[in-house]
Amino acid sequence: MSVLSMIVSQLINGLQSGSVYALIALGYSMVYGIIMLLNFAHGDIIMVGAYIVWVTMSVLGLPPAVGIIAAVAGCTLLGVIIEKVAYTPLRKSPRLSLLITAIGVSFFLQNIAQLIIGAGSKTMPAIVSGPNLYIGSVNLSFVAIVTIVVSLISMAILTILVQKTKMGKAMRAVSEDMGTAQLMGISVNKTISFTFAIGSALAGIGAVLYSCAYPQASPTMGSMLGLKAFVAAVLGGIGSIPGAMIGGFAIGILEAFVSAVGLSVWKDGVVFAILILVLLIKPTGIMGREIKEKV
Amino acid sequence: MKKNTVHIPMPIRYLINAAAIAAIYLIISALSSAGVITNYYTKILILICINIILAVSLNLVTGYLGQLPLGHAGFMAVGAYASGIFMRAVSGSMPTGLAVFLSLILAAIVAGIFGFIIGIPALRLKGDYLAIITLGFGEIIRVVLLNIDSVLGFNFTYGAASLKNIPKTTTFTLAFICVVVVCFLIHTMMKSRYGRAILSIRENEIASESCGIRTTYFKTMAFVVSAAFAGVAGSLYAGYLGILNPANFGFMKSIEILVMVVLGGMGSMIGSVVSAAVLSALPEVLRAFADYRMVAYSLLLILVMIFKPSGLMGTYDFSFTNLIGRLIGRISGKRTARKESAE
Repeated sequence: MSVLSMIVSQLINGLQSGSVYALIALGYSMVYGIIMLLNFAHGDIIMVGAYIVWVTMSVLGLPPAVGIIAAVAGCTLLGVIIEKVAYTPLRKSPRLSLLITAIGVSFFLQNIAQLIIGAGSKTMPAIVSGPNLYIGSVNLSFVAIVTIVVSLISMAILTILVQKTKMGKAMRAVSEDMGTAQLMGISVNKTISFTFAIGSALAGIGAVLYSCAYPQASPTMGSMLGLKAFVAAVLGGIGSIPGAMIGGFAIGILEAFVSAVGLSVWKDGVVFAILILVLLIKPTGIMGREIKEKV
Repeated sequence: MKKNTVHIPMPIRYLINAAAIAAIYLIISALSSAGVITNYYTKILILICINIILAVSLNLVTGYLGQLPLGHAGFMAVGAYASGIFMRAVSGSMPTGLAVFLSLILAAIVAGIFGFIIGIPALRLKGDYLAIITLGFGEIIRVVLLNIDSVLGFNFTYGAASLKNIPKTTTFTLAFICVVVVCFLIHTMMKSRYGRAILSIRENEIASESCGIRTTYFKTMAFVVSAAFAGVAGSLYAGYLGILNPANFGFMKSIEILVMVVLGGMGSMIGSVVSAAVLSALPEVLRAFADYRMVAYSLLLILVMIFKPSGLMGTYDFSFTNLIGRLIGRISGKRTARKESAE
């Protein structure tokens, strides 16, 4: 029984961190699907989101709801600004330049945060609190349940947005073929900005949920988080929304079990090993489509 | 070919270049023995040399081959640890000169082997995926260096506690010689048929493959050579610092090297050399600048990509002998022009 309850509680842990990974992976996946850019700065948007929560709640002393709204709104705005300033001028340039710019933006955000707030990590205030649930001998923390529920709701809203609305149709059309979509009267610029906004808003939600679970904010927190979420996106099949969700949960659960068997120092190594295996065996991921290169 | 250029024949070109390099070396060593270049500046010069080797070796893959690996610091780490562990093991039992030479060779070979192991799978992928997979390998190398001791059961890399007491054998002379050798080897390689094959892969991989170039072979070769030279730089670094910690070889370091290459111009050796020298000297010379260094680097990266994606030098390569040839051509051209006008 105790083995079973341990497995269940690790599963819950995995689902909790996995749902954060999934939310972040969605941002990577959507942006990659639409402009074929690996948005390295995505992880650092989460870092900015976490700092917004810290500033509004710890420094200004505002209630959690304000902090959450400010984080999501701030991340959305930041995502759109990054897209307009750094990526739009380069839309016609080779992919390599775009990728290097994304790396530059990521490092810029990290270092500017370090310069303004300092390299040390800040302790986050408690954002949500509530009674823990017990199912038999399994202890379910309130934060874990909130995290999983909120991310599932966000994913459901995203799916409806992409599948049912006009904007979602435009997004899918642009990711299919940018030129043709433009000929059909879709404003490509607006659609791409919208995609960045959605992806960054998800990152903002991810930042809040991550801060609930790990109440530490530091300038470099986004880079490892972002890289792991990227691994999740690749595992699920980059460009695919359900793939990103599956990949996120898979990576979260895998990490939880690697830690549970006492190999937590190798956690990062295992995640990257998974990435390498996926890229070698099935580079398109679980849900990805094969794209043939035409000469 | 410009009209006023005198073509200097090949062996004389090498002689001129060798003389120029010897002159640079003699000037620097004369200045340091005269006390103009203090110990502190010598340290900076060594650091510049190490960074030049790193930038030039990354340029081979990024600039000439057109791929973007993000794990260059990983190869440097492998070379540094290989040579650090070797130097600690043999110190005292072998003449220092021989030990240093062997450690450089060992670092190059071990890093080259890692480059081969990583290159074979990584080079099956392109663009973003290649960037990510090399980033993954770089991180795995770091994690392994950090935690390998607990698996082996004895102290091998000393993990987070740092590998200490490595003999500090890196002198300016050694670093300078390594820079010259590495630049010479990469230069001659790029002028050979191997280099032309590598360039053709950058220009169009499918076209070059259909012309009968074994793209996988040449890509792997460029990758291995690049990794081996990064290992040499790592070996110099180990002998320069005397202490190694896996945290020194993170993703940040890879990006720092990439900034040097991108800023100088991908595909330009002189660009890599100049930007590596400037970017390693700047934070030391301007102490106040050190805090803002990474912010400035990242801004530079974005601005260069937006306004001049080919880098400051583009693919321009400086040739000292061509410059001399042009100068001679101009002087003699003037003389003939004067003669003609006198007649």
